[in-house]
This record gives sequence, structure tokens and C-alpha cells, in this order.
Amino acid sequence: MTTMTEKTKVEIIIDDVAYQVNADSNLLQECLSLGLDLPYFCWHPCMGSVGACRQCAVKQYRNEEDRDGLLTMACMTPVQAGARISIADPRAVDFRAGVIESLMISHPHDCPVCEEGGECHLQDMTLMSGHNYRRYDKKKVTHRNQYLGPFINHEMNRCITCYRCVRFYSEYAGGVDLAAQAAHHHTYFGRHEEGALESEFSGNLVEVCPTGVFTDKVFSERYSRKWDLQTAPSICTGCGVGCNTAPGERYGELRRIVNRYHSELNGYFICDRGRFGTGYVNHAERLQQPQDAQGKTLDAETAVSRLREIAGKAIAIGSPRAGNEANHALRKLVGEANFHGGFSAAEQACMDEIAAFAGDPAFHNPSIREIEQADAVLVLGEDVTNTAPRIALALRQSVRNRAYELADSARIPHWQDAAVREIAQHERSPLYLFATGATRLDDVAEASVIDTPSGLARQAFALAHRIHADAPAASGDGGGNSAQLEQIAERLAAAKRPLIVAGAGNGRVELIRAAGNIARALRKRRGNDEQKPLDLCLLTGEVNSMGLHLLTRSENSLEAALDKLASGEAENLIVLENDLYRRAPHARVDAALKAARTTVALDLLPNRTTARADLVLPVTAFSEQQATYVNYEGRAQLAWQVHRNHSAARPAWQWTGEFAHFREALHDCAASAPAMKTLGKVLPDTSHLPGGGKLPRQPERYSGRTAMKANLNVHEPKQAQDPDSALAFSMEGVPARRDATLLASPWAPQWNSNQSISKFQDEINGPLRQGHVGALLLERGAGGGFHPVPEADEATGIELTPARQIFGSEELSARSEAIRKRMGDAYVAISPGLAAGHGLTHGAAVSVRGEDASVTVLACVRGSMPPGVAALHASDREIDFHGLGARVSLAPAAGDAAVALDRGLGELIVSDLAQGS
Amino acid sequence: MNTGENQLIASTTVAADYLRETEIAEIEHERTLYPDARAVGLEALKIVQKHRGWVSDESLRAVAEYLRLPIAELEGVATFFNLIYRRPVGRNVILYCNSVSCWIMGCEQVKDKIAGELGIDFGETTTDGNFTLIPVPCLGDCDRAPVMMVGPDQHRNLDRADLGAIFAQYRKGAE
Repeated sequence: MTTMTEKTKVEIIIDDVAYQVNADSNLLQECLSLGLDLPYFCWHPCMGSVGACRQCAVKQYRNEEDRDGLLTMACMTPVQAGARISIADPRAVDFRAGVIESLMISHPHDCPVCEEGGECHLQDMTLMSGHNYRRYDKKKVTHRNQYLGPFINHEMNRCITCYRCVRFYSEYAGGVDLAAQAAHHHTYFGRHEEGALESEFSGNLVEVCPTGVFTDKVFSERYSRKWDLQTAPSICTGCGVGCNTAPGERYGELRRIVNRYHSELNGYFICDRGRFGTGYVNHAERLQQPQDAQGKTLDAETAVSRLREIAGKAIAIGSPRAGNEANHALRKLVGEANFHGGFSAAEQACMDEIAAFAGDPAFHNPSIREIEQADAVLVLGEDVTNTAPRIALALRQSVRNRAYELADSARIPHWQDAAVREIAQHERSPLYLFATGATRLDDVAEASVIDTPSGLARQAFALAHRIHADAPAASGDGGGNSAQLEQIAERLAAAKRPLIVAGAGNGRVELIRAAGNIARALRKRRGNDEQKPLDLCLLTGEVNSMGLHLLTRSENSLEAALDKLASGEAENLIVLENDLYRRAPHARVDAALKAARTTVALDLLPNRTTARADLVLPVTAFSEQQATYVNYEGRAQLAWQVHRNHSAARPAWQWTGEFAHFREALHDCAASAPAMKTLGKVLPDTSHLPGGGKLPRQPERYSGRTAMKANLNVHEPKQAQDPDSALAFSMEGVPARRDATLLASPWAPQWNSNQSISKFQDEINGPLRQGHVGALLLERGAGGGFHPVPEADEATGIELTPARQIFGSEELSARSEAIRKRMGDAYVAISPGLAAGHGLTHGAAVSVRGEDASVTVLACVRGSMPPGVAALHASDREIDFHGLGARVSLAPAAGDAAVALDRGLGELIVSDLAQGS
Repeated sequence: MNTGENQLIASTTVAADYLRETEIAEIEHERTLYPDARAVGLEALKIVQKHRGWVSDESLRAVAEYLRLPIAELEGVATFFNLIYRRPVGRNVILYCNSVSCWIMGCEQVKDKIAGELGIDFGETTTDGNFTLIPVPCLGDCDRAPVMMVGPDQHRNLDRADLGAIFAQYRKGAE
């Protein structure tokens, strides 16, 4: 990292040993960076110090002669050159033992039945502090627990009142429905009444809580100890961000997802879609055998030969949710000219534009860590909380840069969390939202511009022109509030590190172009072209949208494929992990599939496309295979196989390609697409491992290996081999703490919890020693210019736009049981005026009629929405979104239509619901 | 222009219907004294309690919505202070000091007498709804311990013998 070299180092003495440490830090953080064992609770690497728990007490001495010293809290003590401290001093040791004893007074003796057991920071710290025997024999304080929804268990009796939960949930993540209640020994962390935790990041409580107050409810239904989980470094496939995760498997089931630290991307936190959205891997309906159109099972050989037979005259449609190797193998099978992208027409246009900006040296697509450094942000049309939730969490941190400025002026160190918040009060760096209604970031936004999508684009083009006159002007004033636009222009122009965010989420290419104009205008306004590129964050929809786009010729859209089939130009169709009915008007898909002589679909769960296929080939899920994915930044990352699939399912590249090993598929992909040429960098160098040695997927304490299949055969079977990677399905091999190649699940002696991550970082919040941050593929070439302002749309009628939901919009997570419990039904969000004008009330069934289709959904009446726009959310219903066209009309649907939409709207978390009478 | 704060809480507010005009007027007065609605939260709870005797779930919700504060956070304030009553109390709240000076001066014996006289322990309300007994750490009158407050009145140098007469005047007053 660039910042590391800039840090000033000073010498301090800890227990008579001299160390070089960062000058702008505190003693606890530096002790942990040095790898020293100093216990703590309330401190968190991402949330700084508050000095609440008193667990990290050390002795500090005035000088070499000082033999007495003073007890001081390491987390609250700034580093000073020449400081002398002691962790081992008997009085400090004794003090820490006293603190843990009092914290433990009411803690239950329930480790054997507690799900935190074995990865519990409290267990670790209790042992480290030497509190081995409990002397307290009085009555313990007990609490009533709350129902907190389908994701999180609540067991308040285990609480040690460190306040980390509310510091994360409300201060860091902006949640409003979890707070500290009461005081003294009966302090309680909960909601004001029972109910699902509303924050999209609630699952992080499981990892933030140092003990078992908040545990993973989904995991608890099929629970295993941490040491019994087989794991490997993986990538979340929930959206285009590519957060790093560590899935855990036991007995052939994917049991849970936890965050895997990545210094540039997700850091310590992931969203609830990522954590709770992978239940589909264990779905009872998973495709297990190759099948023909009659549902007859075929053996693999027959299936492959039938695939090869039709491939010569086939075109193929790739998948933004499949890895590069799967897409590449299919592309190779049918030939590049016959390989088509799997995007909707609107998304394809957005992706083309995003890719064009990705090649422009004027811009930089920032990582999450860089997003957090922005001091003025404009989000243009993208509902980030629902399309790329982890980015929304980063934007929430960016507004705190004003607080850090104020802290600097008062010489308060940034890690003094409570003091920084106190001095800032409500002062924030500006965040401006251009949206079609209220969003989940409104509470930290300076202002929102609410308009229809085309209105937003008009205003955004006008804003670019206000920032710099070279940007083309919209006819008229853009229709917005010109004083407001002027203010936004000035604040963005005055910022040190402004950031513009847009994306493919709403399928409006003009918004992406307008975002480009604004960023380009800002760059011009800032002076010459030699300065650093401007941060332009363009979000892609799915885990490998970018990878698929890089592998696809620009003219080979999905629509073009459908045309080729309908016109007879192409005979057969091979579809890779893609439900075409989600991407194109149903009538066109029907026509194309009807015209195709043979359709082959590769997928992992049945859908409308596999139902129409003549041959269905089952593929492995993300945790059952190796794959590389390219995120919104153009960062390629490798997701390792965690566990095996025991059915006939294979990785798609094995069905369609002729590669003996995964790495051959990867290298062939890198060699055949210029943009992918550095893809091989994601493979770790394992040449130093002795004798072709392997790294274990299973922890050293993995239990039951000889017994877990004893119901089938008392002889222990040979461990499964993994010829495809450097990992073994075994606990044998070189563990992560002794080899810097890979890290899935951190563990170190005395550190069983996830806090052991500090043992693997160069320094706190720094890169991992197992430093795989992926490979940035995109090279910037020729610069572009301003986009012209689009012609004003003369069409009348209500503008249709997609409404995204964190729970429901992503295809596979929406088939996970836990996510389904939080999914609302299909709805169309409209303004109260529009609802009243059509005789609609909130929750009523409404018929949305468009060009070639009409769908029935629930009306969701939202007070902040402008008239003239309808935001349609399909949930998991078979809704012909693309058949509706750009403009729709509304009408009340028959009364019984709402009955089928039985999930209702109760699960929606929106701030501006205008309830019907 | 939508400011973020205004979006925090659902717009379906019942607060204006629930809170009485006098309560709203007093809350609005407090609002002029603080820069931040969060700071008004505690005062608003005290105002509602003054008019209604205690803070019910409905009152809590109404205040939260009226001030546009997260209800969980306001509940945190309400439950932090033990003189905000989240359960109904009797017509007269007895704040009984059981801190060190009063303890030295025999407050435990006096408290036993109160419990016997009224038939209630700490945290309980008499069946006739006249009295609720609550412990407090200090009432600032240590030189005249033991001390208690009944409603707004401070009673000092408590003697077991006086208690009947003291309570009688409040019973009478309640009639």
C-alpha cells in the first residue's frame, strides 16, 4: 500500500525490547501489529478505540529510572517516541485478570452449547488473562432474549457490555433499530421490540460480537464447530463487488459464510446477501444428472457426445454469474463469433459504456478502501444499498472524512473514535444522491435530487455543464432546482478527492454517460490533465459481469443471439448458467427457443430456460468448483473450491471444454482474450512447497474423519485428491500461519476467533502476508471526450425502471431459504399521487401494462417518489420485465390477483412508505 | 431538497394525533433550547411523564416519531434513567434513599416498616394505586438521614413512628 511508506515510525520499548512502530497510532494497535498478545474487547481494527472495557491495561514508565510506572489503557494511549511500557508487569497482569473476572461475573458457563465456542474472542481473552477459576458464587444477572429475524440469534446472558455491537450496527453501519438499553449490570443490547434487524449488514454482528450474544441463526440450524469446517478462500457471488469470503463445509453441505479479510475490498465486513444468500447450494432441487427434454437421465458420456454433436452449428449465450473459465470454454467450443453475452439489452449498453470508461486514463475505478477516502460523493441513479451493498457501507464511511478533518484541526487522533464523533456532531462530508425516491443512504446524505430516470439524466448533464463549461449544456436548465445543482457543483469542485458513482443497476446508459461527463468536467475544472485520474466508480451487476463482457464481442449481444435463432441463421443454442427469461422479453425468448433445433442448458438449479432445454447439464455451485471472477474494478480474483459435489454435476468448463485441469482452462482463457492476459497472476506460486506439497482445507483439529462415513463402511476411505489446485481435502499440509501462500480461515495459538486475523496482517488494517488481492486486469489506453446530451424523450406515459432489493433481486440468493424469509413480493413502487389517480392503495394488486406484456404485482406507495415513474421489482416471480418496454400504464387488478402474491410487502425496509387508508 | 434526517423514520406518523397540545407546546419550547433533536429526547419523555404519570410504549413511539429519533435509541434513554417510568406508577412515587448515610442511620429498618405499612417492596405499587416504592442512591440530605421523597416532598430524619401519619396525608390528598 502506498500509505505505508509515508507513515512515520518511532521507537518504543516494550518489556525492555525496542520496536519501531507507527507514530500516529495507539499502543494497543501497535502491540497487536507487532504480534504481541495483549487482550482487548471494545477496540476493533475498523472502529478505533473508546476505552470502555479496560482490558488492555499496560504499565507505562516515565523513563528508564522509573520502577513504579502507571497503569494505562493501551488503546487510549498515543504512541510517543521513546515510550517505555510493559505488558508483562505483574501489576498490569493482575489488573487485567481483575477486569476479566468482573466482566465474566454474569457470563454463563455454557461454552459447550454456545455456537461461539471454539472461535470466541472472550474465551481467548479469558485464558490469555489468566482467569481460570471463577470465584463469584452469587446470583447472575439474566436477560430475556429477543427474536431478531431469520438471520441472527440473540443470547443476552453472554454479553460482557463491550458495546462493539452498537458501535458497528448503528455508528458504523447506520442501523437505527439496535441500541444499548438500561444501565449498570442490566445493560441490554437489543431492539425496542422483537423483530428482524433491519440493517443490510446485521450479519456482521456475528463476527463483531466478541462472544455468543449474536450468532448466525442459519448456521445454527446445521451447526459445526469452526475446527470441523472444511474451508477455502472464496469470493462472494452475490453482486459485482467480489467481496472475499470463507465458506465452511461439513458432511457435504455448505454450512456458513464468514468474511475473509481483504485489505483493498471488503476489509472486515460483508453484507447479509453475501452471508445468508448461499443456501441454494444445498437446495433439494439442485440439478444432479444430465437430462434430456423428457427428464430422462443420461450418462455423462452420452451427454457430452450430444453436446459436441450440436456444437458445430450452435451459438452460445454466456453468463455473468459464471466464472471466466466456464465462459471461455463455451466460447472456445462454439467459436468467438458465435459466443454472445448474457446481458439484457439495457445492461449490455451499460456494460459497453462502463468498459469504455474503464479504458479511459482520465478515470480511476476505486476500490472500497479508496471509496472510503472520498470527501465528496455523487451517486447517480444507482440504488447502491440494493445493488452493491458493501459499497453503500463504504460510502457511509466516506462522509466521516469531514469528522477526521475537524479532528485533525483539534489534534485528535483518528483512532479516538468517541472524541472524533463528538467533535463532528452532525458535520459530514457531502454525499449527494440522484435517485427516483428515498434510499437507505438518505440519513447521511447532504441532499437528494429526486426525479424520473430521464429527469435525473437531464439534471446530471446540466450539473456537468455547471461544473465546467466544456461539458455540453442541456437544452433549458435541465428542469431541476438550479440553486441546488449549483451548490452540488461547487462542493464537488472544492473537494480534494471527489467520487462519482453510477452503475448498470437501473439499465440507463445515459446516467452512466452523465456520470462520465460530471467526472470529466470535475477533472477539467481541477486544472491540467497531468493530475491524478478522477474516481469514477461504475458498478457492474453480477459477480462476473465484467469478465463476461471482456470475453464477448461488442456486437454479440443476447438480443442478437435471439435474432439469429429466430431468423434461422443459427441452428442450435447452448446457454450457460443463465435464465434467459430474466434478460429479454418473454415472447422473443419463446420464439428463439422454439426456432432452435436443439437447446442445451448448463445450470445448477432448474429454471424457465432449463425447463425448455433439450439437454440439461448440471454444473457445480461456486463453492464446489474453482473459478475466477472479475469485479467492477476489473479486479480478477480466484475463488477456490471448498468442497466436492457428489452428484454428476461438473464445473461448466469440464462439460464444454477439453481441459485436463482448471489451470489449463485459466491459462487458455488468458491467452485467448487480450484483456485477460494477466489473469494467470491470480494463481499463487506454490513452487516453494516441498515435494509438490499441499495446503490443507481442514484445520489441524478437524475431527471425525475416520468416523464420518462409518455408517457406509468401517474402513476409512482414501482422502479425496485435488489434482486441480494447491489445496488438499485434508488437514495434512503446511498450515497458513507457516506459509504465506493462502489464507482461508485465520487461526493462531491462543487466538481461536476471527480476531486472529491480526496475526496474518503486515500491520493492523494492512495487507495480509498471504497477500492475494487479485489482479487488476484493465489497462487504460486512449482517453475519451464528453458525451452529447441525449435528445429529450417526447414519449408520454409512466417511465418504467427496475427496483432492486438486496433480498430478492439476485437470482441464486433468492432461492436460499434464509433470504426468502426476508423477501417481499413483486411490486411496483409509485408516488401517492399516481396511486390515487389510478385508485390504488398500498398493497393492492395492480396490473402494469407495457408494449408487449402486462404483469400483475403489488402496489407499493412511496411518499418520496416523483410522479411519472414506476419502479418494478420482480422478486422471484416470473415477470416479463423486458416485455413491458420503456413506458407503462397502470390499472387496478382483480381482487384475487393479490392472493397469489402472498409474500406481501411487509419485509420491505423503506423509509417513505405512504400507507393506504 | 430532501434532507437525510427527515427520512429516518417512516412518514406514517401518529405522533401528532397522540401527543396533546400542551405536551407539544412544552416539547417545542425545549427544542428551542438545544441544537439537536436527540438532546430534546429526555426532556420530551419527562414532559410526557409529567402529564401521563409514566411513559407507555405508545408514548415512547409518539415522542420518537415526533422528534424523528430512532425508537430504539429513545428507549435506550428512557431505560437508562430510573426516574423515567416505563411501567405505570402509583399516584405518589416514594423515592427511598438506601445509600450509605441513610444506611448508617437505619434506613433498612425504616424501609421494612414502609413495606409492612404499604404491603409493597421496591419496584411495586400498592393495590389501591396510591404508592410506588423506588430506591434511589441519594437525595442530597445526608445530614438529615434517613430521607425519602413522596411525590414532590422531601421527608427527613425519618422515624418509623412517623410513617403512618406521612402516608395518611397523601392518601387523604388522593381522595
